[in-house]
Amino acid sequence: MGCGQANINFTHSATKYGIVGPSMGRHVWGHFALYDRCHRPSSPRGAEDLAREVVIYSSSASAPHFQSHSHSHFRALTLVRSVPAIKAMAARRLACSLLSRSRAACSPSLSRSVFGGDRIHGSASGVPRGLTTATAIEEPIQPPVQVNHTQLLINGQFVDSASGRTFPTLDPRTGEPIAHVAEGDVEDVNRAVIAARKAFDGGPWPKMTGYQRSCILYRFADLIEKHNDEIAALETWDNGKPYEQAAKAEVPTLARLMRYYAGWADKIHGLIVPADSPHHVQVLHEPIGVAGQIIPWNFPLLMFAWKVGPALACGNTIVLKTAEQTPLSALLVSKLFHEAGLPDGVLNVISGFGPTAGAALASHMDVDKLAFTGSTDTGKIVLELAARSNLKPVTLELGGKSPIIVMDDADIDQAVEVAHFALFFNQGQCCCAGSRTFVHERVYDEFVEKSKARALKRVVGDPFRKGVEQGPQIDEEQFSKILHYIKSGVDSGATLVTGGDRIGSKGYYIQPTIFSDVEDKMKIAKEEIFGPVQSILKFKDVNEVIQRANTTRYGLAAGVFTHNLNAANTFMRALRAGTVWINCYDVFDAAIPFGGYKMSGNGREKGIDSLKNYLQVKAVVTPLKNPAWL
Amino acid sequence: MASEANSSAGDGLKLPEIKFTKLFIDGCFVDAVSGKTFESRDPRNGEVIANIAAGDKEDVDLAVKAAREAFDHGKWPRMSGSERGRIMMKYADLIEQHAEELAALECLDAGKLFSVNKTKDVPVAWNVVRYYAGAADKIHGETLKLSGEFQGYTLREPIGVVGHIIPWNFPIIMFFFKVAPALAAGCTMLVKPAEQTPLTALYCAHLAKQAGLPDGVLNVVTGFGATAGAAIASHMDVDKVSFTGSTEVGRLVMEAAARSNLKSVSLELGGKSPVIICDDADIDMAGEICVAGSRVYVQEGIYDEFVRKIAESCKSWIVGDPFCPHVHQGPQVDRKQFEKVLRYIDHGKREGATILTGGKACGETGFYIEPTIFTDVKENMLIAQDEIFGPVMSLMKFKTIEEAIERANDTRYGLAAGIVTKDINRANRLSRSIRAGIIWINCYLEFENDCPFGGYKMSGFGRDNGMHALEKYLQVKSVVIPIYGSPWR
Repeated sequence: MGCGQANINFTHSATKYGIVGPSMGRHVWGHFALYDRCHRPSSPRGAEDLAREVVIYSSSASAPHFQSHSHSHFRALTLVRSVPAIKAMAARRLACSLLSRSRAACSPSLSRSVFGGDRIHGSASGVPRGLTTATAIEEPIQPPVQVNHTQLLINGQFVDSASGRTFPTLDPRTGEPIAHVAEGDVEDVNRAVIAARKAFDGGPWPKMTGYQRSCILYRFADLIEKHNDEIAALETWDNGKPYEQAAKAEVPTLARLMRYYAGWADKIHGLIVPADSPHHVQVLHEPIGVAGQIIPWNFPLLMFAWKVGPALACGNTIVLKTAEQTPLSALLVSKLFHEAGLPDGVLNVISGFGPTAGAALASHMDVDKLAFTGSTDTGKIVLELAARSNLKPVTLELGGKSPIIVMDDADIDQAVEVAHFALFFNQGQCCCAGSRTFVHERVYDEFVEKSKARALKRVVGDPFRKGVEQGPQIDEEQFSKILHYIKSGVDSGATLVTGGDRIGSKGYYIQPTIFSDVEDKMKIAKEEIFGPVQSILKFKDVNEVIQRANTTRYGLAAGVFTHNLNAANTFMRALRAGTVWINCYDVFDAAIPFGGYKMSGNGREKGIDSLKNYLQVKAVVTPLKNPAWL
Repeated sequence: MASEANSSAGDGLKLPEIKFTKLFIDGCFVDAVSGKTFESRDPRNGEVIANIAAGDKEDVDLAVKAAREAFDHGKWPRMSGSERGRIMMKYADLIEQHAEELAALECLDAGKLFSVNKTKDVPVAWNVVRYYAGAADKIHGETLKLSGEFQGYTLREPIGVVGHIIPWNFPIIMFFFKVAPALAAGCTMLVKPAEQTPLTALYCAHLAKQAGLPDGVLNVVTGFGATAGAAIASHMDVDKVSFTGSTEVGRLVMEAAARSNLKSVSLELGGKSPVIICDDADIDMAGEICVAGSRVYVQEGIYDEFVRKIAESCKSWIVGDPFCPHVHQGPQVDRKQFEKVLRYIDHGKREGATILTGGKACGETGFYIEPTIFTDVKENMLIAQDEIFGPVMSLMKFKTIEEAIERANDTRYGLAAGIVTKDINRANRLSRSIRAGIIWINCYLEFENDCPFGGYKMSGFGRDNGMHALEKYLQVKSVVIPIYGSPWR
C-alpha cells in the first residue's frame, strides 16, 4: 500500500508522445520507427529543406570523388576558439585514454596535425560554392531551454566540486560553451560514494518494498513526460542530435524504460531449488550495493535509463558519471527523480572526465559494481581498474563493427532504407551502427546506387530545425577522427560514392558518406568510425559472408535482409553477435536484451537479463526434519 | 463482548449515491433484455438499497458477443503490453481517486467495515491493477533446446474471451484479482459479480471506460448463478471461465464447462484451513492469527492458557455497524448466510462440542452473529469438516507434530494454513507437509500482489495473484522450424 500512504498522485495521460499507434507492437522501437517514417522523402514536412539539400548534394555528387575544404578552415576554426574552449578540447582528448594522465600530452595543435600535410586529396576548387555555405551554417537556432543545473548532485543536493573547478560543455553546432559545469574529481567521487553507501547501508531505499520503489519510478516517468520538451531541448543542445529525435523518440523512451523497470521492481523472483538431500533451498536475489555507472555521450538519457532503471528497480544506490561532452540532461532528470520521491543519496551524479572521476569510480574500494558503456579501449581500462581494486563485477557495453547482410532475395528498397538508418542514425554515433554492409553481388550495384540516392537526400543541418535528420558530430575530436577515417578509406582504395567532407566551416557537421568496393582488410572495415560513413562490401555466398561477418573482434549486433526462412535461421544462429535484427534494425524495446559478444562487452542491458547485473544471488540452505516430501 | 448492532448508520457519514444499476455491455449501461431487476439489500437492516438489472442467458450472449468482437477484431489483444499497461495504470489511478466512494459502496452492499474497505480492500484493488500493469510487458515465451536440427520457441498468447464469476465476500478485491491479470494478458472478458454485491463491479466498469479500455473488453453482467452464471459456464464462445466461490458451485461450473466446449476452468473454492499453534508459540501472536482460522489446533502444553486468553480477548471484540470505525465485526452478508451459520452453531452444540464464547445472533435486526468459539471439537464433527463461512472457530488440542500434520490434512480442502512457532525445523517441516496452496508462518491472511493464492485438493486449481495468475489467461503455442547449418545447438 506504499503508493496510497505516500500520497503519490498518479496522473497518467495518453500524451502525444507516450502512446503511439498500433505500430508500436509491430515495430519495437516505435518512436524511432515513427521518426524514421517522418523523414522519408515522401513526407510533406521538411519538403523545402529536402529540396534544398537535394540541390546541394546533387551538385556535390556531380563532382566525382573526394572534395574538401582546404585545411585552413580548420585552422581558422581552431584559432577563433575561446581559451576555455581550447582547454576543454584538450581535456576531452585526454579523456580518450584514462591511463594517459598528462594534460601536456595534448594540445590544440593535435587537431591541425590530424589534417596536416597531404592528408586529403582533392582540391577546394572542386567544392561547389553552395556546399560550403550549406544550411548547416545558418545562424544557430536559439534553444528553447535554460541551463539551470550545472553542479554535482550528491546526497540530494546540488553542490560545487571540491576543487571549485568547472569545465565548459560545448554546443556541437558551434563549438562554443553552453555552460560551465562543476568538474568532479577523486574527492567528489569519494563524497558521492559515501552518500550512496549511507543510502544503501542505512537508508530507506533498499528497505522499501519493490512496490514502493516502483511507485517512485512510475512517478518519475510521469514527470519526464511532463517536461518532455525541455529535456529534449537540453539533450539536443548538448549533444547535437535532431530535436525531433530527442523529443519524439528518446525522451519518451526514457519514460517508457522507467515504467518498464518500475514494473520489475516487485517481480524479482529467486527460485526454490530442489535438493538431493532433505534440505530446504531458497535463492534470494538481493541488491548488490553501491553501483558505479559510467555513461557515454551518444545517447545520454537512454544510457541513463539503461543503467539507472534496473539498478534502482533492484534496490541499489548509484554514483553515475556522465560523459564530459553531455553532462546537462542527466542533472535535469535526476532533479526530477528527487521530485518524484527518490530519497537523498540514492542517485548521485558526477560530471567530469574519465581519467579523473571515471577512474576514481572504477577503482573505488567501496563501489560494489561497475557498469560502463563506451569504447572498447576504455572498457579494458575500466575492467583493469576493477581488477586492481576490489574485484567489483563489471558490465561493459562497448564498441562494434556490426555487419548487415543483404541477400539477393531481399526487398532492396527496404534494405537500403534500413541500412541507411542503421548507419546514419544519430550522426552515425551508435555503438551498434551497421557499419559493414555486406551486399550480395547480384544486387550490389543496385544497392549502392540506391544507397547513394538516399544519402544525398539526407537532411543535415541545425538539429533544432524541423525536418533535420542529421546534426553535427559531438565534438572536435570525433569530427577529426571521422575525417581521418574518410581519408584512410580513400587512401586504401575504396570508392567514395558520396560525401566525404565536412559541411560549412563552423560546428562539426559531416556529409553523409558512402564507400563502395570496401575490403575486409581496410581500416574503415575493421575499426569503429562512429560517424556518418557507410561501407558497402560485396559477397557471393552465405558461408563466405558468415565467416567474414564474424571476422572481427566485435560482436555487438548484426542485421540480415532476406525473405528466405532457412537463410534467416542460419544467419541467426551463426552470427556471433548480441543482437540479430532480421529485416529490421535498431529495434530497441525495453524488453529486448542488448549487449555484446567478444570485445563488444559483457552483460546485457534492458529486458529481464539486465536485472542480473544489479543483483547478488544468495542461496539459503536449511535442513528439513521429516518433511512429508521433498 | 460488546454489541453495537443496533446503532444508527455511520455518525454523520453520507451514504453513497448508487449511480450504476444496469448491465455494462460493450461500453454501455443497459437494461436486461427481459427488463427484470432484483433487489440489492443493506445487510445492516435488510432494506432494499437498489434495484439491479437481472442478467440472464440473453444478456450473457450479448456480453460474450461484445467480448468476442473485441478479442477477434479489437485493439486490446493487438496492443503492445506496454500500451495495455499504460491504460491499466490510468485505471489504477481512477480507482485510487474514487477510493472513498468505492469503500462506501462496498460497505453498503456487503456489510464490510468501511474503514477496512478504505484502508485495505480498495487500496489492494488499485495496487493489484498497478502490479499487472507492470506485468503486461513481461509475458515471455521461451526459446527451446530441441534434440533435432530444429529451432523451437514458445509464444504465450491470450486465451480469448474469459468469463469471471466472483463472490460477495471481497467483491472489489475479487473483481481485480480476476480482471487485472486477464487484462494484462490481452484477454477480453465478462464478469458476473455475486448477486449480493453488484455495486462496486458496476462502478469499476464505469471507471474502466474512463481509463480508456476499449468497449467490449470488460463487460459486467449482474445476476444470479443459476441463470447468468450458468450461461457463462456453458457458453460455447467463452474460452475460459474463472470462478471463485463454494466448492459445490465450483463443481457445477466445471461440469457445465465439460458439457459445453471444454473451456479451460480455474476454481478458487472453499477451505477449512487449519492454524497450528505449537507449544513454543508467542501466545499473543497466536491469538491474533487464529481469528482467521476455522480449525485451530493448539498443542497441549499451551492449550489451557490459550483457551483462557482467547475467551478474554473475545470480550473486547465489537460487533456492530460496519460504518463505525471502532467496530471489529459487521453483519453477515445476507439472511441465507446468517441462518446457515446459526444452523452450524446448533449442530455443533448437538454434536457435543462445548461453546466457549458466543453462540447466538446479536441484536434484533440485521445479520449480526456473536463471535463463537467451540472447544472439544472432533474431526468427524460437521463443524470441523464443512466451510461455515461465519464467525465460528473450532479449537482442538494436539500432542505431536505428526499428529497435527495428519489432522490438518484430514480434509477435502487445501486452501491455506497457518503455523505459529518459533522453531525453524517445525516451521519448515510443517510448511512442506501441509497440503495447502498457501502457508502463513507467524502471520495470517497476508495477501500480496506477487504471491500466488489458490487451492490444493477440492479447494480448486489455478492461482490468483503473482505472475502465476497470468498462466490462467494465456495459451502456450510452440513453434518449431527446421534449422540448417547452425554452428551450435
